[in-house]
Amino acid sequence: MSSNTDFLLAIEDLTVSFDGFKAIEGLSFYMDKNELRVVIGPNGAGKTTLLDLICGKTRATEGSIKFKGKELTRMSEHRIVWEGVGRKFQNPSIYEGLTVFDNLEASYPRGRGVFGALAFKRDEEVVERIRQVAREIQLDDKLEQEAGLLSHGQKQWLEIGMLLIQDPELLLLDEPVAGMSLSERLETAQLLKTIAKGRSVVVIEHDMAFVKSLGGKVTVLHQGKILAEGAMEALQQDRRVIDVYLGH
Amino acid sequence: MIKLPGFLRGRHGGPLGILILAAVLLVAMPALLDLYRLNLAGRYLTYAFVAVGLVLCWGYGGILSLGQGIFFGVGGYAMAMFLKLEASDPESTRIQTTPGIPDFMDWNRITELPWFWVPFESLAFTLVAVLVLPAAFAFVIGYAMFKRRVSGVYFAIITQALAVVLTILIVGQQGYTGGINGITDLRTLKGWDIRDESAQYLFYYLNAVLLIGCVLLGRWVLNGKYGRILTALRDREDRVRFSGYDVADFKIFIFCLAAFMSGIGGAMFTLQVGFMSPSFVGIVPSIEFVIFAAVGGRLSLLGGVYGALLVSYAKTLFAEAYPQLWQVMIGTVFILVVLVLPYGLASVYQRYGKRVLSRLKGSRRAPPPPPSSLPQDSATEGRR
Ligand SMILES: Nc1ncnc2c1ncn2[C@@H]1O[C@H](COP(=O)(O)OP(=O)(O)OP(=O)(O)O)[C@@H](O)[C@H]1O
Ligand SMILES: [Mg+2]
Repeated sequence: MSSNTDFLLAIEDLTVSFDGFKAIEGLSFYMDKNELRVVIGPNGAGKTTLLDLICGKTRATEGSIKFKGKELTRMSEHRIVWEGVGRKFQNPSIYEGLTVFDNLEASYPRGRGVFGALAFKRDEEVVERIRQVAREIQLDDKLEQEAGLLSHGQKQWLEIGMLLIQDPELLLLDEPVAGMSLSERLETAQLLKTIAKGRSVVVIEHDMAFVKSLGGKVTVLHQGKILAEGAMEALQQDRRVIDVYLGH
Repeated sequence: MIKLPGFLRGRHGGPLGILILAAVLLVAMPALLDLYRLNLAGRYLTYAFVAVGLVLCWGYGGILSLGQGIFFGVGGYAMAMFLKLEASDPESTRIQTTPGIPDFMDWNRITELPWFWVPFESLAFTLVAVLVLPAAFAFVIGYAMFKRRVSGVYFAIITQALAVVLTILIVGQQGYTGGINGITDLRTLKGWDIRDESAQYLFYYLNAVLLIGCVLLGRWVLNGKYGRILTALRDREDRVRFSGYDVADFKIFIFCLAAFMSGIGGAMFTLQVGFMSPSFVGIVPSIEFVIFAAVGGRLSLLGGVYGALLVSYAKTLFAEAYPQLWQVMIGTVFILVVLVLPYGLASVYQRYGKRVLSRLKGSRRAPPPPPSSLPQDSATEGRR
């Protein structure tokens, strides 16, 4: 086990079974610090389930998930966040009734306990940090706007911003460009590259052009198992990958 | 001090709503009502504590409790136990088999004051109990439920069941609780007659001031980060959880706060009405409390107060004349409110009252927000 502590994230022999159906089976997956990893695979391959397992939304039936050497499989969800794991859901998940500013503030990593939140003061530091993140996700001119009125792409960015403000060491992004226009995709690719500096990022994606534009190592998931791993260029020549996924 | 942009300041209500409420409760009602009616209004206002608590935990936190009568009852009974013990001094109970204990105990052949009654001989203990016990009960219930992620309809049903259990317990343990009749014949508080005029006036004002205090406390809680997390978790619990919050803790707190307010209401009820009984603990009162909040507007703390006043007043008017019809009427009103006016009277005020007010002032205020933004904006009192 000692060798695994060098990895930021080390998943070993992970299995999760939903009433006998194994959505993830005997999976091992390692990530380095500051690595950008893309996970692809057909529908139902278990990509979302893998992220659910890392962030604690779903509990593993067997196996271990070590983050910075700490076991996550039995840690409560909010503590996993405190450890430095941020999760973006497949559907944009923001607080539609609150303003963009409030959305970002609601994720600000101070005042996370009940009494901390009651005593929370919106000081200059908070406002400055929110502005800074808002600039990064290009919503700095929309801080006062109700989040529900944003475009679909902007909602996706806002959710990414809500994670960024926590400065996580590992960011899990489930299909961040789904439903985006082409220009939004390009901007998001740019954003993700900036974000990936200084932290590890897992991106689940279906859009091959987008995957290529990101660069980085790609993991192909199929029926709960890893089918192949490597550079996108190499995978595109891989017979098995073409058969189950890229072929159609 | 840094100067914050406009959108960072004022949220839930400016001072106007509070000033109007204070004027109504502290000036208009005492001036217009005779003592009998004022006492009746004071009684309705004790329900308003529960309604304000429900606005917080149901309206903003999405936690529907159908058992708020439990906390109203705990506060009310704590106060009643103290007053009963004072009314049961050996001198006034000398004809009993065992003088010095409450009459209903004597009737039930109890010869010694039960241990859990003993501390209620102290006024200080009683006051602490009124403030702490309801929240402590709520903490136990909330901890057991929310940590296990029981929510929604299941939580509502369980709280309702608990209200039933408590009622059955009170009714069944007649010798310890006074049974179905409750604890009656309360006369003095530290030798001061709670039924005389000056006491009635004093309790009315104390009640009103405490209620306004609860509304202000509620506003303070909602205005901060806690309040935003609370509404956020009502709508997107997972996002909140995966932003690093222990969702259960946030729910437990607001449930306890609502219970705390309800307990104060219960104690003020006992003081003003002079008795406490299980009919203020069970399902029917608990559902009525929810109706008060719904009619007033479940996103409006002030609405909760007016809802409690109006519905209770209507109940007094109609229930006496047509007792059977009342149940049907209140049920119909509830369904209508849910269907037609989900944010209660407060939303009507937001839509029309504000416009009228600003006309009167002749100011060129922004027009009221469109109905589409109702849930978050215009139903929360005077956010802009
Ligand atoms: N809670 C659950 N209970 C039962 N089955 C589940 C559960 N969650 C996921 N599954 C099943 O596990 C499999 C993997 O689902 P998952 O959502 O991880 O796929 P995915 O790779 O993210 O697919 P997509 O590309 O469509 O998002 C699917 O067959 C799904 O039906
Ligand atoms: Mg998925």
